[in-house]
Amino acid sequence: MNQLKRYAGIIWILLGPLAVVYLVKTAMGEVAKKPFMDTYIQWGVFIVVFIPIALGMLLFGYYAWKGEYDHLPESSADMQED
Amino acid sequence: MKETKSIWKIIGASSLGTLIEWYDFYIFGSLATVLANQFFPKTNPTAALLSTLATFAAGFIVRPFGALFFGRLGDLIGRKHTFLLTLVLMGGSTFLIGCIPNYESIGFFAPLLVLLLRLLQGLALGGEYGGAATYVAEHAPANRRGYFTSWIQTTATLGLFISLGVILITRHSLDADATKSIAKFNDWGWRVPFLLSIVLVFVSIYIRMKMNESPLFEKLKSEGKVSANPLKESFGHKANLKMVLLALFGATMGQGVVWYTGQFYAQSFIENVCKIDFDQSRTILIWAILLGTPFFVVFGAWSDRVGRKWIMLSGMFLAIISYQFLFKQLLTLSSSEGKVELVDKKMINSSLVQLANGKDTLRTVTNKVFYADGMIVAETKKDTLYADPVLHTVKADVKVVKLLGSSDYWKMVFYVFLMILYVTMVYGPIAAFLVELFPTKIRYTSMSLPYHIGNGVFGGLTPFIATLLTTIYANEKLAGLAYPILIAAVCLVIGTLYINNKIDPDVND
Repeated sequence: MNQLKRYAGIIWILLGPLAVVYLVKTAMGEVAKKPFMDTYIQWGVFIVVFIPIALGMLLFGYYAWKGEYDHLPESSADMQED
Repeated sequence: MKETKSIWKIIGASSLGTLIEWYDFYIFGSLATVLANQFFPKTNPTAALLSTLATFAAGFIVRPFGALFFGRLGDLIGRKHTFLLTLVLMGGSTFLIGCIPNYESIGFFAPLLVLLLRLLQGLALGGEYGGAATYVAEHAPANRRGYFTSWIQTTATLGLFISLGVILITRHSLDADATKSIAKFNDWGWRVPFLLSIVLVFVSIYIRMKMNESPLFEKLKSEGKVSANPLKESFGHKANLKMVLLALFGATMGQGVVWYTGQFYAQSFIENVCKIDFDQSRTILIWAILLGTPFFVVFGAWSDRVGRKWIMLSGMFLAIISYQFLFKQLLTLSSSEGKVELVDKKMINSSLVQLANGKDTLRTVTNKVFYADGMIVAETKKDTLYADPVLHTVKADVKVVKLLGSSDYWKMVFYVFLMILYVTMVYGPIAAFLVELFPTKIRYTSMSLPYHIGNGVFGGLTPFIATLLTTIYANEKLAGLAYPILIAAVCLVIGTLYINNKIDPDVND
């Protein structure tokens, strides 16, 4: 199971940047189609909000790949040991 | 006995405040169209811009910031005072929105003030939930943590229920004549639900003032173990940050989209895609919520026995496999295809009104079709008859409103109820799950952020992204469902692989 968790980490690492590329590409297409202030704001908000989340996904994948989730902490003491 | 009485007092006081906060937050969204006419006229581009900002910024950007700001405060000065502060902020902002003169009276200041107050509402909401959930969980016995915190979970849905109820009652009680009552509501009656909030907030503040601080926080304080920098400890240390990321991607992200699809996108879909009448689309949701709400407590209590993980993930799984079917049923029910038309009852009304220029005329034709199962479809077509024969209306304004017959109405309630049932599965146990994931001294901060990113960003954006998808793929009415299904599927896989089903026996650490 731990092996699977680690390999799946690679998928999460890739998913973050892929999501950003798809988002930016779609945003550019939509803004070109409807170049109004509402469209700029909507897609601007989507990009600003989702880029940090995608980075979080990348970091989550990295932790998974490194085996950080092989064993979850069971107490605060466990969390401090890390 | 005394202990049981005390926990109910704690749940009552915490839930009431949280319920009011949700009510306050939802009335703005439920009255978006009326508020747009009052404060954000489309003719003024700046006001329209502020309208977009008010909708997006408050819901999606500000809520996680509120979670960080008030979460930190809650871990520094205590839960009680922090969520008292969020309540005052939310109640005060809501009341003041009800007092702002409209755009016609004070011009540009009106939308600006509304935007500022809406931002304060978003901040307050970001701080409230984590405090209330933490406070109840830290009072609850370990073996019933899921059950007691699930009462807090009912507040979000009940807040929506009450906001819809207050709006519908006010809308229909301002005049004996229904049309005049709606006109009065659109003119000034919309202020009533906002102003009412101040009474509810005062009651809740009075009750919360009498509450004690969380015993776990008091203990930390007396031992001098309160976190000096909750933000750094929550997100600066890998050991805790990895749990924040797991909470977001393995639980709250999927929970958020299932919640917002069942409660918000479903209603928007019924009203805008199925074209069901304003009141009927709201009462369908009201019934579904009313029937579904007890299940928050059922699944919360059940999670104390079988663990939180599989109940939440089952809710996501059911949503993923059945959303397409359920929304397709909503479309089928609202379609008049194959229904028997009562030809002799068909009504056609037309009227001609001279326009302000004194030359052209506005023609309105209403075509009402009745069906044997009780369904009524009204199509109103408006176009301009120009005095100059060269000119003609390029595209007439056509509005279709459908009223369902009794049988289809209740079938629709049932399908929405199923979606609410999934909401209760994913949302009922989540407070206990989040509380158990983090240590007491940084719990408020650590659990608030993934909760508000999951719900505010992933969940809150569901209606917008789903609607956007349906405009991009215009021929496919169910295209919007791709977003919640995809997000819930990723979350389901992550949750299945990485989340532990073990119930933490001790949240005192």
